[in-house]
Amino acid sequence: MKRRKFDLAATPGKAAVGVDDRFAVATPLRKLLNKVFPDHWSFLLGEIALFSFVVLLLTGVFLTFFFEPAMTEVVYDGSYAPLQGTPMSAAYASSLDISFDVRGGLVMRQMHHWAALLFMAAIVVHMLRVFFTGAFRKPRETNWIIGSLLFWVGFLAGFTGYSLPDDGLSGTGLRIASAIMLSIPVIGSWVTSSIFGGEFPGTIIISRFFIAHVLLIPGLLVALISVHLGLVFKQKHTQWPGPGRTNNNVVGERMFPRYALKQGGFFMVVFGVIALMGGLFQINPIWLFGPYEAWVVSAASQPDWYVMFLDGSTRLMPAWEINIPIGDGYVIPPLFWPTVVLPGILVGLSTMYPFLEARQLKDRKSHNLLERPRDAPARTAVGAMAVAFYVVLTLSGANDVIADKFQISLNAMTWAGRIGLLVAPPLAYYVTYRLCLGLQQHDREVLAHGVETGIIRRLPDGRFVEVHQPLSAANGHADGHGQLDYVGWVVPKKMNRLGALGPAIRGFFYPIEKPVEAPVSPGHPPVEPRPEREEVGSGESRH
Amino acid sequence: MTSDNDRRRGLLARLRERPAARSRGRRRLGAAVRLIAALMLAGGAYTVFAPGAQAQDNPQLTGAAAEGKALFDVSCVTCHGRNAQGVEGRGPSLIGVGAASVEFQVSSGRMPMARQEAQAHRKPPVFTDEQTRQLAQYIQELGGGPVVPEGDDLREDGNIAAGGELFRINCSQCHAFGGGGGALSSGKFAPSLHPATDRQIYAAMLSGPQNMPVFGDNQLRPEQKADIIAYIQETLKHDQDPGGFNLGRYGPSTEGLAIFLVGIVALVFASLWIAGKS
Repeated sequence: MKRRKFDLAATPGKAAVGVDDRFAVATPLRKLLNKVFPDHWSFLLGEIALFSFVVLLLTGVFLTFFFEPAMTEVVYDGSYAPLQGTPMSAAYASSLDISFDVRGGLVMRQMHHWAALLFMAAIVVHMLRVFFTGAFRKPRETNWIIGSLLFWVGFLAGFTGYSLPDDGLSGTGLRIASAIMLSIPVIGSWVTSSIFGGEFPGTIIISRFFIAHVLLIPGLLVALISVHLGLVFKQKHTQWPGPGRTNNNVVGERMFPRYALKQGGFFMVVFGVIALMGGLFQINPIWLFGPYEAWVVSAASQPDWYVMFLDGSTRLMPAWEINIPIGDGYVIPPLFWPTVVLPGILVGLSTMYPFLEARQLKDRKSHNLLERPRDAPARTAVGAMAVAFYVVLTLSGANDVIADKFQISLNAMTWAGRIGLLVAPPLAYYVTYRLCLGLQQHDREVLAHGVETGIIRRLPDGRFVEVHQPLSAANGHADGHGQLDYVGWVVPKKMNRLGALGPAIRGFFYPIEKPVEAPVSPGHPPVEPRPEREEVGSGESRH
Repeated sequence: MTSDNDRRRGLLARLRERPAARSRGRRRLGAAVRLIAALMLAGGAYTVFAPGAQAQDNPQLTGAAAEGKALFDVSCVTCHGRNAQGVEGRGPSLIGVGAASVEFQVSSGRMPMARQEAQAHRKPPVFTDEQTRQLAQYIQELGGGPVVPEGDDLREDGNIAAGGELFRINCSQCHAFGGGGGALSSGKFAPSLHPATDRQIYAAMLSGPQNMPVFGDNQLRPEQKADIIAYIQETLKHDQDPGGFNLGRYGPSTEGLAIFLVGIVALVFASLWIAGKS
């Protein structure tokens, strides 16, 4: 019987033709695969958030297989001896089982928690990149708003998530959350009792947080992330100005294969970093916190870092209670301002910023080219102000740990936070503004006069001047060279950037090319390397 | 001193009544006798209840306490005063604090204090165990007070699970879940429990040093104290941290630091590396 000839090389092509015959995807797919993305390291920060979200979904699904979201009281009899025989909720007992009795459970729990911290951290870092480069400007305001909402939805995801184990620390956080809800005027008590199903803590809150944490909030996150990415596709990515790059084109790499491969590799790196942290660093050791009891609290009870600024604002708030003599008397507790009003203002300001800036500058144009932070000093300074504000609040959220470990009075920390909250942001604004102007000025100076060469020349009258290498050829100016315009991109400021000193050795971790060997003159013997000398030491060698 | 007649009437009535029959001389004699009797009663009561002047100068101290007094008079007297009565504005009286307090403060190096500040810090102890015992004996004989039971292992038969529950209810507010300590107001703090020995923890509970409340035997029974010590020594100190490096057990504050210093830094380098490959 004749063997049919099988051409392996033609198989993918054949299969592709088969697929296209049936689904007619070649044209749209070609467009997609040829889509160009600009390449810059700072454009990968958002991907860290995206990839840690994927890790969150994967590890989170694993955790739901073993977690029991119920507050029914059980007596623990798992393998962690110091809690054996302790009455606790089923949620806490199953979290302990995940940590001690499920194979790989602890590393999964820790990866999930680290991925959550990384998700929020990457969102913030990505947001800073977008802010400081002006990437939020028209036409991308919507995507900026979605990004800001992603932070707040991520905030809720984190809070509902770390409350689920029902341990002593998270229960304290839940107690604070219930107090924050109670502080809202008029509707506070109704909001609290409808969420907790009566008085705190009730018996239902863990089940409710569970469904919010595994279904509602992730659903919202997936929806927002999809729209976020869809808009990046539709509106195209911004790019830095530079040779060949204009407001109307995109210069970069095609989606396939380079960009896709890079992204795939980067996902593996993010996954690896999360796995390493989950395996190496202990996070949220719930077995030390014990089950939540209303009468148990610990020193240094902090929320996760992205919630800590609210803890800080609460710690800094003076005890100003407003009594309104209506009816039986009405009280607005001081807690209301730092935990309800402040985040409300922050959400409003952060989402509306693109419109505020456009209104201020009367700027109605579309911007697809990024701005270097130094070229928009007012925006950069406002950003620095916001960062200073947030950092002071976050540090104040941990002020008891800082006070204890650095041996500072807690009262001094509180006052430093109060004064710092008012003084640090304007100071940051001023310093940043001046730095931006200084950097701008230096760019213009180099464009006008050239790069500093490091060669000092003495003039006949005794003065010393540094020789500058002009960046452009002479065209009849008084000082012998022409003036270049600033195009919004890096100005070379070192001679080896101009090729004068030979290329720097290339390679990231190690040199990827050998430096050229020095030519040997036939008349002279080759230069011997200097004999190794022993360092003068105390006699003991560590070799 | 009462009149013979009218015994049936009440005392007040008898006092109110001025017996006219008594002569003036008898009245004066009676008053003098009553005065002397009252003075003797008061003086007697004073000598019975108050430590006499002689007792202060020559206390009947045992050998160890006498050694302790010698040490006290060299090292402690500056602040706690002669006979541990305290010095206004410098150091409190030690009458009645008991051997437990001395043992805690001296064996952990907190006393002698380096300087006056919000709270004494733990230091390498100045006195040997023997000297600490002598000082404790001296203070104990001077004014009495709580004493730590004998032996170095005060957690025998301690139930770790019960101890954990008691720890979380009574201790974690200040010393934190991990026993690493925490801040109190105005520079005061709850110290880390990690360097503490069984005896020091027991003594601290009995005597309530610095800002710590006293946990006497009717608040926490001796068995419960043993449970707590067992939890601290066997769980908090010897926990293997199954999750890896514990980041100092400072909770979410160091975890937040770690995600930026390790996670974000590593991934920014990775993105620099990947974006540079073109």
